[in-house]
Amino acid sequence: MCRDCGCTLGPAVARAPLASVKPPAGRVETIEVITAILDENDRVAAHNREHFDGHGVLALNLMSSPGAGKTSLLEATIRALAGRLRVAVVEGDLATENDADRIRACGVPAVQVQTGNACHLDATMVHDALHELPLAGLDVLFIENVGNLVCPASFDLGQHRNVTLLSVPEGDDKPAKYPVMFRAADLTLLTKTDLLPYLTEFSPARARAALQQVGYGGETIELTSRGGEGFAAWLAWLDREVAAQRARTAQGRTARPNVQPEGALAHASARPAR
Amino acid sequence: MHELSVCQALIGQVERIARENGARRVVSVVVAVGPLSGVEPALLEHAYPIAAAGTVAEHASLTVEVMPVEVHCRKCGARGEARPNRIVCAACGEWQVDVISGEEMLLKRVEIETDALAAS
Repeated sequence: MCRDCGCTLGPAVARAPLASVKPPAGRVETIEVITAILDENDRVAAHNREHFDGHGVLALNLMSSPGAGKTSLLEATIRALAGRLRVAVVEGDLATENDADRIRACGVPAVQVQTGNACHLDATMVHDALHELPLAGLDVLFIENVGNLVCPASFDLGQHRNVTLLSVPEGDDKPAKYPVMFRAADLTLLTKTDLLPYLTEFSPARARAALQQVGYGGETIELTSRGGEGFAAWLAWLDREVAAQRARTAQGRTARPNVQPEGALAHASARPAR
Repeated sequence: MHELSVCQALIGQVERIARENGARRVVSVVVAVGPLSGVEPALLEHAYPIAAAGTVAEHASLTVEVMPVEVHCRKCGARGEARPNRIVCAACGEWQVDVISGEEMLLKRVEIETDALAAS
């Protein structure tokens, strides 16, 4: 029952049939515009990014299918970083406070955004959540997006980096099925690798090849949230990103995720926006 | 299924443009969408009348221009089309390519009807 596709909307809300397109009666003017459709979201996202940069906070957007292990990864990460980096989490789910409760149990602040029937977080939802967080005392803000490999990729939240999880039970061809999501990643984590001995049909090499085919040029780390070498590599990546964000903040610069929404604008024939 | 959100953002922009240009109503809206934007043209067309209902764009037509995925090869310099899940050079097979088209999610053009009396 998705709010977004309108599938529950009954006849009370008129879907204008093609016949209702009225021929013009008065003077018709054509206005050439070339702007991103999500211009307003992008504006709020830029505002969020200024908030993060103003406080020297690194913001990471975690995306994956439901059940790929985002919250488990965060629980293990928060415990590993305790006393070293100050962390907070914005949790996005359609319903329940479950994930925020799990994060709070690890001793860090968490805000739960309940999106109702919306399939993704947008910049305004994150902005509203920020008002409930002590940004000034933070090093890293994790934004755990709604579990969904489609919609979250289209909405900039103001994050500096996208981290996408692909868990072993999902299959190694996920990047080929959901190219837009995996292209948007700055870091890909192959999670639940402790299941590899049981799910022998999953090949990390094939997953890496599928990532390459969708134009993904970032790092890929194989890990389990239960610890080990891969998990240490993830913590090392976080340390590098925190250091990079501090260096950028000191120089008054910022960073954007791999796929930049303006990229498309640059490719369109340039016309002044009205 | 985020196309209704996208359409609501689109209508917000169209309403602003209509207001700024003194439109009586909007006649047509043209958008450009690439397969790498994450938006499905058919779903956009379905969601559009729902988002437009009750607005100045209620009776406007929507045209979705679907852009091809085009890449420029960093190795051989060729320019050609690619598939969304196989973003490689069509000429030499290299994967280190720059996407030059296919990410678009743009509002391109709005046709409005203005008050003929006021205009003359």
